[in-house]
Amino acid sequence: MTEEHHNLGVRTERDPDATILYLNGEIDLRTSPRLRDAFLNLIEQKPAKIILDLSEVGYIDSSGVGTIVELKRKTARHKSKVILVALQPRVRSLFEITRLDAFFDIVETLDEARKK
Amino acid sequence: MTQADSLNLTLASDPVQLPAVRDQLRRWCDQHGWHDGQIADMVLAVDEALTNVIRHGYEGKLGGKIEFSAQITNEPDGATAVEIRVRDYGKQVPLEEICGRDLDDIRPGGLGVHIIKSIMSSSEYSHAQGGGMLLVMRMRKMDESEKADPPKRCP
Repeated sequence: MTEEHHNLGVRTERDPDATILYLNGEIDLRTSPRLRDAFLNLIEQKPAKIILDLSEVGYIDSSGVGTIVELKRKTARHKSKVILVALQPRVRSLFEITRLDAFFDIVETLDEARKK
Repeated sequence: MTQADSLNLTLASDPVQLPAVRDQLRRWCDQHGWHDGQIADMVLAVDEALTNVIRHGYEGKLGGKIEFSAQITNEPDGATAVEIRVRDYGKQVPLEEICGRDLDDIRPGGLGVHIIKSIMSSSEYSHAQGGGMLLVMRMRKMDESEKADPPKRCP
């Protein structure tokens, strides 16, 4: 049986400045389709700014990173911004070794993300 | 109590298997005194290797056989290391195609091999006898106080 922390939770909040996705759990080949579905629903609404709060994501692999790359590429077509917030050190490390830290806007707090 | 010097698992090519493998590997490494940073790196490399087998070796088909082993071993200079073997019975990919892609070409997918190479001390793919692929990778054990090189950024 899969333990709770291996699952992926996605909660969406809309405010005047942005649509915020609060993610929690683990993002791997098993859970990244759920993330992709959430992204596809979001993209249809063409929000001007998407903030991904990753503070509760303890594990991510290349499937998860690839899904977030896909989101950014798709939203770029209608000039939406994608901002990543509060990456845990291991999660940030994966973005760094794949050099995707330069591709994404990564900030420490939601306030910083809202101001961008 | 002595801990088993090897961890051997047979699993099916199914993404639902990944969390359990990660947990078992974490526990086994912890029992052998590896520190958290190296455990996290090793777990990620194994996850990437298994993901590649499921995606490419078995092309997403469920139920293909994967054999996984982790074995405590020694480097030529006597240092402790772990050797990990991932063997599948899926499609044989030309070895020259297993190189990861140009990271400047930003798109989803194709990062697993880069991540493995950047994390592990060594990694080598071969065509397994009887079909499928064999990946052998090693990680040299470091003390927590020892300043390990950060994972290499992919070239």
